[in-house]
Amino acid sequence: MTSINRRTILRGAAATGALIAAPGLVRAQAPAIKIGILQPVTGALAQDGEYGRLGAEIALNEINAAGGIKSMGGARLQMVFGDARSNPEGGTSEVERMQGEGVAAIVGGFASPIVLASSQAASRYDIPYICDVGVSDQIVGRGLKNTFRFGPGFGNVTSTAIENLVKLNDAAGKAAKTVVIVHEDGLFGAGMAKLLQTQLPPRGFEILETIAHPTPSRDMSNVALRIRALNPDLVIPSSYYAEFVLLSRTMQQQRIRPKGIYAILNGAASNFRFVKEFPDAANLVMDCNHWADPRKPKTAQVKALAEQGGRFWLYNTPLNYSCVLLLADAIERAGSADRGKITEALAASTFSDHIMPYGPTKFVNGQNMGAAPVNTQVQNGDIKVIFPSEFADAKAVFPAV
Amino acid sequence: MLKLDIFLSALANGLMTGAVYALISLGLTLVYGVLHIINFAHGATLTAAMFAVLIAHTVFGLDPYLAVFVLTPLFFALGYGVQRFVINPASHGNDSNILLVTLGLSIIIENALLAGFRSDTRSIDVPYGFSVVEVGNLFLSVPKLVAFVASFVVALLLWLLLAHTDTGKAIRAVAKEKTGAALSGVNVDHIYAVTFGLGAACLAIAACLLMPTFLVNPRIGNAFVLVAFTIVVLGGMGSIAGALVGGLIIGVVESLSGLYFGESLGQIGIFLIFILVLLFRPTGLFGAKA
Repeated sequence: MTSINRRTILRGAAATGALIAAPGLVRAQAPAIKIGILQPVTGALAQDGEYGRLGAEIALNEINAAGGIKSMGGARLQMVFGDARSNPEGGTSEVERMQGEGVAAIVGGFASPIVLASSQAASRYDIPYICDVGVSDQIVGRGLKNTFRFGPGFGNVTSTAIENLVKLNDAAGKAAKTVVIVHEDGLFGAGMAKLLQTQLPPRGFEILETIAHPTPSRDMSNVALRIRALNPDLVIPSSYYAEFVLLSRTMQQQRIRPKGIYAILNGAASNFRFVKEFPDAANLVMDCNHWADPRKPKTAQVKALAEQGGRFWLYNTPLNYSCVLLLADAIERAGSADRGKITEALAASTFSDHIMPYGPTKFVNGQNMGAAPVNTQVQNGDIKVIFPSEFADAKAVFPAV
Repeated sequence: MLKLDIFLSALANGLMTGAVYALISLGLTLVYGVLHIINFAHGATLTAAMFAVLIAHTVFGLDPYLAVFVLTPLFFALGYGVQRFVINPASHGNDSNILLVTLGLSIIIENALLAGFRSDTRSIDVPYGFSVVEVGNLFLSVPKLVAFVASFVVALLLWLLLAHTDTGKAIRAVAKEKTGAALSGVNVDHIYAVTFGLGAACLAIAACLLMPTFLVNPRIGNAFVLVAFTIVVLGGMGSIAGALVGGLIIGVVESLSGLYFGESLGQIGIFLIFILVLLFRPTGLFGAKA
């Protein structure tokens, strides 16, 4: 029997120390480049933030494992993480801290109000800011040179969603005529509702009512009751995760079964956690949202990494993964961690090695013009792509009843 | 206009939520009736109780409805201890000091929870969380129905305790005339602490009834304490029947104004009532004349 004594422990500690120090010694020649990753990982939006961070981590690990930024002598990318605490103030205070730590660029934000405030704060220090999700079109409409949005804004998503809804409805012999819009009362949901109110009536849909609710909401009974009273053909919800789960479960509880639930940029409708935990409430819910390109071989690899340890596949992960790769490509071409040079390289980006269904990147006034949403539907415990037809893997089930 | 069954559903929802509001207000009104101070730590204590239910469920796998039998005595003991050994000594016999001490306690509790659990919103998932009972055209949520019945049972027990036990008589005596009660041999410090303990125990029960359908974060108590305060004012400060009736009224008002004015404005009705009561009937529905 061996006994553990002081010498054994010292020997072990020395070996561990050497192991930890070794990679640092090998790569000591190129200083690391600090990248700010901003996500809300506490508060109402914590789940989205965690999955966004996961995507960024996967990308950073991949880049570093492949030898870092080659034009800068293999410089590694180092994450400076900031918790936006699910509110704009949290976002801006983390931007200030990241400025203090000397980040070269910031990726993330998730919710529109957080992105609006934190990209503005970043612009004061000329820090390039890549918005991962925030869909409010004000984000790229302010003329901020530092702000880039890789994904689609809600103007784009809504028009695609409406286009596809009309196709869907025509194919079903115009099954749906009446609509109730349910939206969270913040920047994202309220903006969405306003767009829908102007765009749906000319296409033959009658909007019976637009119901707002706050985030977080503790009870959706009243919203469900109103839907039951109005008895619409179609419910269009734009809410974050917890509220939509609550609403769909309350609708199930109250036996409210419209012909379709057609979500737009919903926080839950294309979320595997929702589908796995509440399969009955989730079944046949449609969504028009961000979604990774299933045709790209790298998508499956990232998905496998993301799903390790019982986690779920949410759009936040591929979006943030792609945004970090986009940034790394810009740094590679800039050959420098200088913020101005990175901003220029981003503005001129034609990056196409991402896993979103977008094609080559092209920024006009900060907006990636190729960005496009995808229509999905929950079918028997799986999330299927129903539009665009180029890579749809299922036919839409509509009307659902 | 909305159909009758929608109105009835909202009414039933309001009554069921209102019963839990009443339970939360019971503790507040009891402490006010006896100690003649507003317990500012009421909301924070409720938050702490809700986190206790969360821990009981996630760590020990204890169902919220079983946790009630553990947490109620625990919170009674906590309430008793805090009043007897912290609030009372710190107040130095001056009632207005109690106000400040409870305010300080609420800040300590809230921030301790914030440090321990961060600001995340959490909930627990129980199999019966979304079960319903069908009554005609109405689908009543099972956990809410349980909460409704349980709240009435607790109110009844509390009333029996106050009306028919020696402790209850002592509590009422202290509430009416502290010095007189002390002269007749009632241990006033002990009765104060028992009252505080009862208030905390009511909150523990409310937390167990709320958690199956509700969420918790370190600031959640504030949302309830404002409502509870309105109920206490509406029902009459210190009145148990007032808290019960006031709770039901506020629950219904909140539910119906949510239905007719929308979720974002749902609480407007409550605060309108608060202002109107203060203007026209400051003693409340069941309050004694000042």
